[in-house]
Amino acid sequence: MRLFDVIGFALASLGSNRVRTALMLLAMSIGVAAVVLLTGIGNGARLYIVDQFSSLGTNLVIVIPGRTETASNTPATLVGETPRDLTLGDARALERGDAVRRLTPINIGELSISWRGKERRVPLVGSTAPILEIHHLRLDRGVFLPEDDLEIARPVCVIGSKVYRELFGQQNALGEMVKLGGFRCRVIGILGSEGRSLGLDTEELVIVPVAFAQMLLNTEGLFRILVEAKDLGGLARVKKHIVDTIAKRHYGEEDVTIITQDSVLATFDKILKVLTLTVAGIAGISLVVAGILIMNVMLMAVAQRTAEIGLCKALGAGELQIMALLVTEALLLSSIGGLLGLLLGFAGSWVAVQVYPTLQTTPPLWAIVAAMSTALSTGFVFSLLPARRAARLDPIQALARH
Amino acid sequence: MIELREVCRHFTVGGQEVRAMDRVSLVIEPGEYLSIMGPSGSGKSTLLNTLGLLDTPNSGTYLLDGQDVTSLSDIQLAATRSRKIGFIFQFFHLIPRLTAQQNIELPLLLAGTPRRERAERSTRLIEAFGLGDRRHHKPDELSGGQRQRVAIARAVINEPAVLLADEPTGNLDRTAGAEIIELIEELNRSGLTLVVVTHDPEIGERARRRVRVVDGRIAGDSCRI
Repeated sequence: MRLFDVIGFALASLGSNRVRTALMLLAMSIGVAAVVLLTGIGNGARLYIVDQFSSLGTNLVIVIPGRTETASNTPATLVGETPRDLTLGDARALERGDAVRRLTPINIGELSISWRGKERRVPLVGSTAPILEIHHLRLDRGVFLPEDDLEIARPVCVIGSKVYRELFGQQNALGEMVKLGGFRCRVIGILGSEGRSLGLDTEELVIVPVAFAQMLLNTEGLFRILVEAKDLGGLARVKKHIVDTIAKRHYGEEDVTIITQDSVLATFDKILKVLTLTVAGIAGISLVVAGILIMNVMLMAVAQRTAEIGLCKALGAGELQIMALLVTEALLLSSIGGLLGLLLGFAGSWVAVQVYPTLQTTPPLWAIVAAMSTALSTGFVFSLLPARRAARLDPIQALARH
Repeated sequence: MIELREVCRHFTVGGQEVRAMDRVSLVIEPGEYLSIMGPSGSGKSTLLNTLGLLDTPNSGTYLLDGQDVTSLSDIQLAATRSRKIGFIFQFFHLIPRLTAQQNIELPLLLAGTPRRERAERSTRLIEAFGLGDRRHHKPDELSGGQRQRVAIARAVINEPAVLLADEPTGNLDRTAGAEIIELIEELNRSGLTLVVVTHDPEIGERARRRVRVVDGRIAGDSCRI
């Protein structure tokens, strides 16, 4: 029998019982649509979260003095040798990398700040102008640190809103001189209340130029350097640039630790992929249920069409041929149902995008392929039993039932 | 040529053995017209099914054109049926969803004949059998006689050597029955071997050779001169 004829024959027999065919198509298409839609939503959620993370600055590289990752076994840790400091010179050298967009050194300490007899202790951050954007800080009033050379210790400061309230109350602070750890220093800006950043409450911060902070805290070293790559792809180059530069400046020793946020991002990405797969798996079960439905209905169909099958055997159809006819019917059902399901799934994800545009619920290609192949293979597997039963029918008994 | 040698076929029904064929030997020459008669339950249908390769004997030999068919595989049996044997049944066994022409073409379809050739051959038979205006009708739109003519056309479209008819008039009125008998006798005159199972003596007597089956044995085999 020719393939084309087999398909035609199977189609004709599907067409002869419309209700049964429609029900099976419905079951199959709902299964496929569920897989497509759920993986689409899962994928959309993943992309959304990854996107949110990158807007927080995934192309940020944090350089910390001292080698924490491999320090446990080096003789240096055994004899308790302190790591070499990171200096402003290091920061200046790092700035010259071509994949580096900008960087900001950071120093942290604690000092007392006073104005007209009021005094309180505050966490002090020494940094440069770019920290405002790198750390998503918001300025409420005044100006931020000037875009000076790293090493200019200009005595100015930007204060957090709580510090402002406690020292100045309702009075104007901009342009006022405060006393910071024994040095006079002019208030040039007030930060907005923005929650926590750098692990510190921004409302309580006082930010000064990094060189001024070194002077106030009497140190040469830096707490860390934040380096921002031009893009995500440049991250690896930036890392290499940092390692090379530091090694050159620190007499061949890579005595810094480099932290990137992409490892956090990768973890999230992995978790969400697993979640998407889980959801797709659950939807896949509905496909298997559809397959079982196909099996049941096919068994009924075989019972209904006993005489027809017996006749075909009497007319010269072999067992394989009978099986091929029934399996083709099931495959047609599952492929047509699958295609309908794809349409349904895409329509569903289109609706989801209209309702919630930030979630890009386009189903990934692998989900489409997986849903279709699951549909086809369940159709195939679950039609084998009824088809075998049909093929084994005794033509004499089958024909006797009319 | 058909040759049965000492063929036995028994079934077990409710723990009791039923001998549907008991050491049956029968030779049918090409072009013969033979009727098989006997009371119901005598084994005549089993004999016909065995001749038509639908039933396999428990013992004995069946030579079809010199080939022993008792040891053939399912696929070989199906192919042999398709090439050499045509069936017609009391209840026609047409597929309700197919048109008359599609029903007639079914054996060719199963045998993998190309569409164009199928159409040519079925059209020729439809014209010859006077079904020209009925070819696109479904079986339930045809009269009993027309349905049986469609079934006969389907049985002979593969140009078999043997036509096996199981009570071909059993479900028809007298006139339609007579027409059908004339049609298959006409086919027999053109060279087709014809075997008719019936319990209607009027039809059985028309055959040149009459085989009588009782209790699974051949009780009589007579030829009209």
